[in-house]
Amino acid sequence: MQVKTEVKSVILQMYEDLDRALKKPIHERHWGMVIDTRKCVGCNACTVACKAENKLPPGVVYNVVIDEEFGTYPNVARRFISRPCLQCQNPPCVRVCPVNATYKRPDGIVVIDYDACIGCRYCISACPYGARSFDFGNFYTVGQTPEVMPWDVMPSFEYGEEQRRDPRNHWRSPIGNARKCHFCLHRLEKGMLPACVTTCIGQARIFGDLNDPQSLVAQQAASPRAIRLKEELGTEPSVYYLL
Amino acid sequence: MGKRALIIAIIGLLLLLAGLPGLVDRLTHGHLSVGYGTPVPWALWVMLYVYFIGLSAGAFLISSLVYAFGMKQFERLGRLALFTALVCLLTALLFIWFDLGHMERFFFVFTRPSFTSLLVWIVWLYTLYFFLLLAEIWFVMRPSFVRGGEGKGFKAGLYRFLTFGARDLSPRALERDRKIVRILGTIGVPLAIAFHGSVGAVFAVTVARAYWYTGLLPIMFLVAALASGGALLTTIVAFAVPNGLGEHREEVIGLGRLLALLLFVYFLMEISEILVSLYGTAPAHAIPIREQLFGPNWWIFWILGMGMALVGPMLILIFPGRRSAFWTGIAGLLATIGFVGTRWNVVLPGFAVEELPGIGRSFFEPHWIYGLYIPSAMEWGVTLFNVGVGMLILALGFWLLPLRAEEAPV
Repeated sequence: MQVKTEVKSVILQMYEDLDRALKKPIHERHWGMVIDTRKCVGCNACTVACKAENKLPPGVVYNVVIDEEFGTYPNVARRFISRPCLQCQNPPCVRVCPVNATYKRPDGIVVIDYDACIGCRYCISACPYGARSFDFGNFYTVGQTPEVMPWDVMPSFEYGEEQRRDPRNHWRSPIGNARKCHFCLHRLEKGMLPACVTTCIGQARIFGDLNDPQSLVAQQAASPRAIRLKEELGTEPSVYYLL
Repeated sequence: MGKRALIIAIIGLLLLLAGLPGLVDRLTHGHLSVGYGTPVPWALWVMLYVYFIGLSAGAFLISSLVYAFGMKQFERLGRLALFTALVCLLTALLFIWFDLGHMERFFFVFTRPSFTSLLVWIVWLYTLYFFLLLAEIWFVMRPSFVRGGEGKGFKAGLYRFLTFGARDLSPRALERDRKIVRILGTIGVPLAIAFHGSVGAVFAVTVARAYWYTGLLPIMFLVAALASGGALLTTIVAFAVPNGLGEHREEVIGLGRLLALLLFVYFLMEISEILVSLYGTAPAHAIPIREQLFGPNWWIFWILGMGMALVGPMLILIFPGRRSAFWTGIAGLLATIGFVGTRWNVVLPGFAVEELPGIGRSFFEPHWIYGLYIPSAMEWGVTLFNVGVGMLILALGFWLLPLRAEEAPV
């Protein structure tokens, strides 16, 4: 009798899931994430990877690790909730946008059209999770150091386009826009996992197609340990937490 | 130009000049130096936009007492109320325009609207309202334009132009004007209620902010609009119109009675909101109220909101204001200023609660501070500029337009 003992790397399995999902038509995919709070050590590698991948300026925050302390010394404990955009299936931010600049794609990702956003910030008010940022036009080195560092003005490739922030022109997008996590859509479309997922040291973040029952993310989302944040608001997030 | 109009113009000009550096900073560096941030995305300008749009709706609804409901008592104030509504609308729009991250894209609200957004509804509704106001003002003033256009000089020339060739003053033409004004005023009432109710609903539908998420909020917006608009009109009639206290004594006292009632209704609603929210244990409801009452900005609630906007004017109106136009005017002035405080406490406490517990202490980034918001110098600059522009337009109206021409009542 032969017992199958192969243990597949989580990352490899997620890549296989990703390949399978990308072969389907876009409306049959539902990108989602499961974050295992027991595996999260609060290192913020996800936050840093996100900042680097999307060239996020100061004040624009897509991913956070919420760090909470419990108890009184010496009986203390910490809890970490890392939070990307939860890509709600019933997103309150989308309904309030006056110009259709933010919308939900057929694969479940909520995106922003930087050339359409008028910067009214209604979506920021409407997000129950604090997942959106306004780009106020800050830079790390402009006005702070004698020389503007090249990395400070490097373009990002969000949404598959070159997004160049110009310190001399505050009228140019994405400055003056609302901005948010998009599950690294530009990477997904090239068959790559989101930066935060590949970088997670504890493999606490599982990413994939929730519509595919064979995928790791769908299996873990079905766990009795899985919850979603503020379920009572009816936002239907695509991100699950394992408690 | 009358002496009082000149004073308004000079103050307006000074405010405008004082605000210029802020305006230049806003236009060259966008939102870089604002005091608000992502956790408090709407602040001073949005709050003042709500305030001025409320003044406009309120002043308009009071004008409709004359033009839609035929209350002869306030007839002589009709034109002034309409023009005040127009000035406040323009000032409000200026505020919200500067608040946009991309001012140059404002017209997207017309060219690519999303009707699930209440912002679209309010913009479309007060665009209609703007044209309705212009039309109503024109029809109300047309007889004065025709008569005033007969002389010589700049003003007569302007009036001749403003008649747009409609010079007929026959009883039939005047009767037709009266009818049109009545129709416009009547359409305006549901329109004003709809757009200002929708301004309230912009906040009220935000399920993410428990403080706003109440069906009472749009109604409170309407009552506040009527009260603050009435207060502003009282102030203008009493102190800005030449010899307003003498000539318009009856109207001022009449407006004062109306104001007392409106303030009392708003007071009741506010007390109800506060007590209900404080009674429960839900922090999302209780924290914004506790912040208002006992937080670092307690004075905005107690001194501006309660003292100057509500309790003070109510006491003045009940005791000396019942017979004195001067004291009624003072009550109006206090309430006009005080309502800025109640508007502040409608908008800002909505952001007093972290979306997720602990998020505010988990990272440090510029423009990302939970808790206390202090407007920056640039925000004050733009504010002074906008208010200055509003005062200049008001003074211009006093100077050029037949705001008080009683010889041609419509």
